[in-house]
Amino acid sequence: MSEGMALLTIFVLAVFVGFEVISKVSAVLHTPLMSGANAIHGVILVGAILVTGQSDGTAQLVLGLVAVLLATLNMVGGFVVTDRMLEMFGRGRRPAPRPPDDTGRGT
Amino acid sequence: MDFGYLVAAICFVVALKGLSGPKTARTGNLIGAAGAVLAVILVLTGEHIEHRAAILVTIALGAVAGVLSARRVAMTAMPQLVALFNGVGGGAAAIVAAVELGSVHGRGPLVAALFTLVVGSVSFSGSAVTFAKLQELMTSRPVLFPGGPLVFGALIAVDVAACVVGYRVQDNGPVELLAAVIVLLSLVVGILFVLPVGGADVPIVISLLNAFTGLTVAASGYVLGNTLLIVAGTLVGASGTILTRMMAAAMGRSVASILFGAFKGGSTAGSQAVSERPVRSAHAEDVAVLLGYARKVVIVPGYGLAVAQAQHTIHEMVEALEARGVEVLYGIHPVAGRMPGHMNVLLAEASVPYHQLKEMDEANSELPSTDVALVVGANDVVNPAAKTSPGSPIYGMPILSVDEARAVVFLKRSMRPGFAGIENELLYSPKTTLLFGDAKDSLTQVLQALKSL
Repeated sequence: MSEGMALLTIFVLAVFVGFEVISKVSAVLHTPLMSGANAIHGVILVGAILVTGQSDGTAQLVLGLVAVLLATLNMVGGFVVTDRMLEMFGRGRRPAPRPPDDTGRGT
Repeated sequence: MDFGYLVAAICFVVALKGLSGPKTARTGNLIGAAGAVLAVILVLTGEHIEHRAAILVTIALGAVAGVLSARRVAMTAMPQLVALFNGVGGGAAAIVAAVELGSVHGRGPLVAALFTLVVGSVSFSGSAVTFAKLQELMTSRPVLFPGGPLVFGALIAVDVAACVVGYRVQDNGPVELLAAVIVLLSLVVGILFVLPVGGADVPIVISLLNAFTGLTVAASGYVLGNTLLIVAGTLVGASGTILTRMMAAAMGRSVASILFGAFKGGSTAGSQAVSERPVRSAHAEDVAVLLGYARKVVIVPGYGLAVAQAQHTIHEMVEALEARGVEVLYGIHPVAGRMPGHMNVLLAEASVPYHQLKEMDEANSELPSTDVALVVGANDVVNPAAKTSPGSPIYGMPILSVDEARAVVFLKRSMRPGFAGIENELLYSPKTTLLFGDAKDSLTQVLQALKSL
């Protein structure tokens, strides 16, 4: 199998995993889920580092560093803001007088 | 090295799975973050990388900026920040593609690089417009101009043509110039793509652009021959697409009608005219009496509550009502606030007990036996037009049926229509009472009046 074909295979399989992993999500979790997925594509930072580290000339270096900056903002900011949202869910839940298994209903 | 990437990829799958369940969400997010950190360490140590110092300094700067903005942002401004983070991610992918464009070999990677250039730029400028709409730097209403769809279509055609030229001339042509043209065209396409979308639908567009950015990351992974980027980007692209459809379904709309509905005219535009019909407005004391002698009260909070920072005041008022033996529940619409689930975050921030928060279906079964439905800073999510008038842009959106309660009290700033810009018939109903003013001031007055009841 050529390298291109191998990468394409990985792509197609990942599409199915992506569809499967999100089956049914309560509306309450839509925002944090979007925000978390948003943080994950911040991994473009890896690409930005590769391009910068193998750059050729000042223009490419500067562009690469801009990409590194933007990607870091996406990744770090994304994970932190998602955690902050989810932390608040946790805080609102604890004082509830109901048993904890009640929280599993998806709200 | 490759094994490390595999571990990171597994982290991302586990993270998405975790984020879709309420108990596992926070852990899931942390696992995702761990995977991302691992990937960055791997690429910095394992690959041949020059300019390490400059890269590390830049990462440090970006990380500080990211943490500060994520920590400091008000909970009400959360949707804008997510849009912003998504946009810069798309921008980063586009830059990576632009730098690589001159040195890619083979047809597949070239197509992938051009795709990333286009879609990354669209995601960047589109997210910028959603940011401006949500931050109210510009009108949140749909922006339409004559010939808009034509201009939009023509621009896309020119953009694709530029890509085809780029594909043909690749090695022996002015690659930099072409890349600049493609980026410029795509930025305009992104702006025109989001401008016609009405305020209430903006979060769904953010989710869609999020999926776009995911796909560009996957494509740049193909260009760079990096499997982790392919897996992570594709995961986000696929799950983001599903999430976009789920969000649209929660609003009773299809994704297509959200994106292109405004072109057909009438869609989320609605009427902006404020009608002159009489309404019944009351003083805080009257509202206090109504609430204080009720048996069951259902509160419907909306974005107006959040803007006024009245979460804590309403929590105090509810405690005062409960002390009088009144049963109080909150009816939370899935899209209350500005994003699905936004209101739950805001009320959780004010330590409202979780068991008082009722989802829409549950709240709707309580409403017929409710004495007073108190609507605070919400409008579209209780508008009966969604059930009764097929011509209305929000027709089909599931709503909280507060019109089934014995009495309805609206706390509103003015008679201005809601985010979707549609008038609410319920405001003129004989069983409706209105209390005008800032939600926090009104609630404080009602609370005072309740205490002296």
